[in-house]
Amino acid sequence: MNFSEVFKLSSLLCKFSPDGKYLASCVQYRLVVRDVNTLQILQLYTCLDQIQHIEWSADSLFILCAMYKRGLVQVWSLEQPEWHCKIDEGSAGLVASCWSPDGRHILNTTEFHLRITVWSLCTKSVSYIKYPKACLQGIAFTRDGRYMALAERRDCKDYVSIFVCSDWQLLRHFDTDTQDLTGIEWAPNGCVLAVWDSCLEYKILLYSLDGRLLSAYSAYEWSLGIKSVAWSPSSQFLAVGSYDGKVRILNHVTWKMITEFGHPATINNPKIVVYKEAEKSPQLGLGCLSFPPPGAGAGPLPSSESKYEIASVPVSLQTLKPVTDRANPKIGIGMLAFSPDSYFLATRNDNIPNAVWVWDIQKLRLFAVLEQLSPVRTFQWDPQQPRLAICTGGSRLYLWSPAGCMSVQVPGEGDFAVLSLCWHLSGDSMALLSKDHVCLCFLETEASVSTACRQLGGHT
Amino acid sequence: MRKVRPREDLCSGPLSLSSGILALEIAMGDWMTVTDRGLSSESKTISQYTSEIKMSPSSLYSQQVLCSSIPLSKNVHSFFSAFCTEDNIEQSISYLDQELTTFGFPSLYEESKGKETKRELNIVAVLNCMNELLVLQRKNLLAQENVETQNLKLGSDMDHLQSCYSKLKEQLETSRREMIGLQERDRQLQCKNRNLHQLLKNEKDEVQKLQNIIASRATQYNHDMKRKEREYNKLKERLHQLVMNKKDKKIAMDILNYVGRADGKRGSWRTGKTEARNEDEMYKILLNDYEYRQKQILMENAELKKVLQQMKKEMISLLSPQKKKPRERVDDSTGTVISDVEEDAGELSRESMWDLSCETVREQLTNSIRKQWRILKSHVEKLDNQVSKVHLEGFNDEDVISRQDHEQETEKLELEIQQCKEMIKTQQQLLQQQLATACDDDTTSLLRDCYLLEEKERLKEEWSLFKEQKKNFERERRSFTEAAIRLGLERKAFEEERASWLKQQFLNMTTFDHQNSENVKLFSAFSGSSDRDNLIVHSRQPQKKPHNVSNGSPVCMSKLTKSLPASPSTSDFCQTRSCVSEHSSINVLNMTPEEIKPNQVGGECTNQKWSVASRPGSQEGCYSGCSLTYTNSHVEKDDLP
Repeated sequence: MNFSEVFKLSSLLCKFSPDGKYLASCVQYRLVVRDVNTLQILQLYTCLDQIQHIEWSADSLFILCAMYKRGLVQVWSLEQPEWHCKIDEGSAGLVASCWSPDGRHILNTTEFHLRITVWSLCTKSVSYIKYPKACLQGIAFTRDGRYMALAERRDCKDYVSIFVCSDWQLLRHFDTDTQDLTGIEWAPNGCVLAVWDSCLEYKILLYSLDGRLLSAYSAYEWSLGIKSVAWSPSSQFLAVGSYDGKVRILNHVTWKMITEFGHPATINNPKIVVYKEAEKSPQLGLGCLSFPPPGAGAGPLPSSESKYEIASVPVSLQTLKPVTDRANPKIGIGMLAFSPDSYFLATRNDNIPNAVWVWDIQKLRLFAVLEQLSPVRTFQWDPQQPRLAICTGGSRLYLWSPAGCMSVQVPGEGDFAVLSLCWHLSGDSMALLSKDHVCLCFLETEASVSTACRQLGGHT
Repeated sequence: MRKVRPREDLCSGPLSLSSGILALEIAMGDWMTVTDRGLSSESKTISQYTSEIKMSPSSLYSQQVLCSSIPLSKNVHSFFSAFCTEDNIEQSISYLDQELTTFGFPSLYEESKGKETKRELNIVAVLNCMNELLVLQRKNLLAQENVETQNLKLGSDMDHLQSCYSKLKEQLETSRREMIGLQERDRQLQCKNRNLHQLLKNEKDEVQKLQNIIASRATQYNHDMKRKEREYNKLKERLHQLVMNKKDKKIAMDILNYVGRADGKRGSWRTGKTEARNEDEMYKILLNDYEYRQKQILMENAELKKVLQQMKKEMISLLSPQKKKPRERVDDSTGTVISDVEEDAGELSRESMWDLSCETVREQLTNSIRKQWRILKSHVEKLDNQVSKVHLEGFNDEDVISRQDHEQETEKLELEIQQCKEMIKTQQQLLQQQLATACDDDTTSLLRDCYLLEEKERLKEEWSLFKEQKKNFERERRSFTEAAIRLGLERKAFEEERASWLKQQFLNMTTFDHQNSENVKLFSAFSGSSDRDNLIVHSRQPQKKPHNVSNGSPVCMSKLTKSLPASPSTSDFCQTRSCVSEHSSINVLNMTPEEIKPNQVGGECTNQKWSVASRPGSQEGCYSGCSLTYTNSHVEKDDLP
């Protein structure tokens, strides 16, 4: 495992291009585009203000930089550096901006969710979509980029509009049986839309592309409901994490619940491997699972080293006492992610913030639990194989695969607090983001990867 | 009646009970005489005489009672003797006679021919009367004792019953109390239950109420939200109008040049056509998705079918060779099923109905598979059982028959035996019936003869056995007698020896000082009869005696106790006597009842006699006797310094 040198960064804005060739990062009002392999700066764009949001177009030809404070969006072309485009929303303001899947339209949401403006880069045409709903996840594109689903609110009722992205024609418009729609999400195959209600009511509705209600599911009443939803990449399963600390898996045939994953604070089953992160002083020798920092002479040795220990059951995990008298309590399943092969599901229960649970979807049971020393900030699956990268805001990167676990110290001057991370398309590298810096981490070569794959094959 | 009183007083004294009863009876008789006197028309002279006589002893007695202030208890005896004095013998006799006659006893006087002649006292009659009175008294005593024991028994019974009664009463009371307690508890529990029910109901009500509250709040909240949202929408609308109507110059896109579309096509106008096309496309996508899913399902189905087919084939191949094997317990159904399946398989392979998913084929397949599966399951279970059995047996010996088999076998055999027995019985019954119905003289006589012959033979055998026993006994007796004779001879020799020895000693003594005169006395004592000799020994050596006596008496006593559960008391003497006589008659053949009778005189000597009598009956007795004599001689030797 190798680490690149550290580059400056602001607002955690760093993204790989969809084709995996470039890496865009922002430093204040500058946008830097580098080559992923050489890390040399290919382009450097200067925006009008501090960039708050960047997004690559699907064809990796354009990057949009949003400056919400100024109500401005600037678009840059990678092929033609002299080409420029500036969209000003004026007094209407701007709260969100995104590309359409074709990479030729930009959807800007104005302040107060008055409307969504669709700007075309091909023609002068501007389209408006009225009544968008102000919610967490109100716009969803199908993976093939053909359709867009939009949550709307009219006359105190929730609606969903399905647009054809090619010409922004409204395909379907239907009201949903929700009190207060919070999120929508397309199944990866683009034929089923999951619509869920606000946390006040546990309700998830499944609509076909043509607007038919396929199924509605509700696990319980009265108490706080759904917190997170994730489709499996195969579209077979829909995982619903809720405030009761459980994940419910729905199947795609009957849309009924297959199983329920509880997240108890104590683990008694001896079949489940519990990896516990333990801190160790470096004098004691290197743990079998932790890696030595590369280039020992490059920087000062870290004060301590951490490694994973396999805890013997029963294990009781550290729990947070939720404050119930505050809104948005830190309980329930806040994060859910399927592995790209749909074999594993990683979850985090917000009142056990240090632990990541990995579930075996084939056998529908708990597979492993990782307990970190500090709360898990984010985790992301390798796009190519079942490998999970976790960061906790410390100077270490944690990786889990069915073969085992490891913790890696990020080298560098001082502590490199990894606040976020994103995988490269190939799964060979990832960008580690701290508050002010970015650093690329290159993982094993093809050979080692293939052996890991074999190991995985043997394991599963 | 007045005369009776004093006598009753008399009997209340410290006299023995017998005399009291006598007096009572006499008094009763007195009373009867009074009635008799009234009723019977006998000669008045006699009656007058008797009355006259009657007066004397009683008056005498009353006089004595009156004049003597000494308590009766002290000089009862003297008073009693005073009933008949030298002076009033005649009167007493006559009085007694009268009294006795009134009781139906024969007169004390001899029958006289004439009235003038003085009647003579008949001693025999008196004695008879006395005897009869004594017997009567004894009887009465017995009766009284019985009555008393019965009374005691009844009293104890009564006590027992009373205690039982009281105990039961207590029990009843306690149970009643318990019941009350339980009822109370039950009541309390019921009360509690009711309370709990009430509480539950209250809680339910509360829950209902809270739910209602929540619901109402929710509706209120929703309503408010809607109101606010409407306001908000109005505001938004207004804002929109304001923002849009202003023709904000700022809202614009500043672009260098328009870029081409990603797909390289030109954008098309929105028309009905495009709309239709979009719809078509959407449906196409949906259709594609469904087709894809269907294909997947079909593939899955095909695979499952394949698996089923394979399973079936394997099952057939697995089960059919077993069928060929000579197995007794293969059900007929398995055979048919297998043949069925084989047919099916043939059909299937012929028509290759793999991909056909029509109902019938599916049903056939599943049904056949199910059947096969059942067979296989049962077979596997059987195998498992066998394996487990073998495993169990493996510990001991593989050739050993299992216990279960053994038990089964024994059970079977037992059943067979039962059946055979029943058959025999029925045969016998039939035979008897036949005999009864046919009544053929020849056969019956023949049969009877047969039975008689059998019996005769058996008797003969017994007889011979008996004879042998008798012979044995006789031999024994002879040996005993011989032993006795030998003993006698020995004794005689011993006595002679002793005599000679004594003589020598005497001669020695005379030669020495004339001391030890006791020795002389002793000698004189020894010279006495053997019986006395015996007694002396007994008295002198009481510590050595018991085993001698006990050898003799316990045999008898044990027998006595065996026959009589209660130890014989003096009152039951007659009974014990009879018992003993029975025993003696059984055990001692040469002892007759006449011989026993004199034993009535003393209880102590009977014991001895029994022990002696039992000697010839049993060997023990004889030996004890022998030992007695031996010890005697031994003691005699010991005594002499």
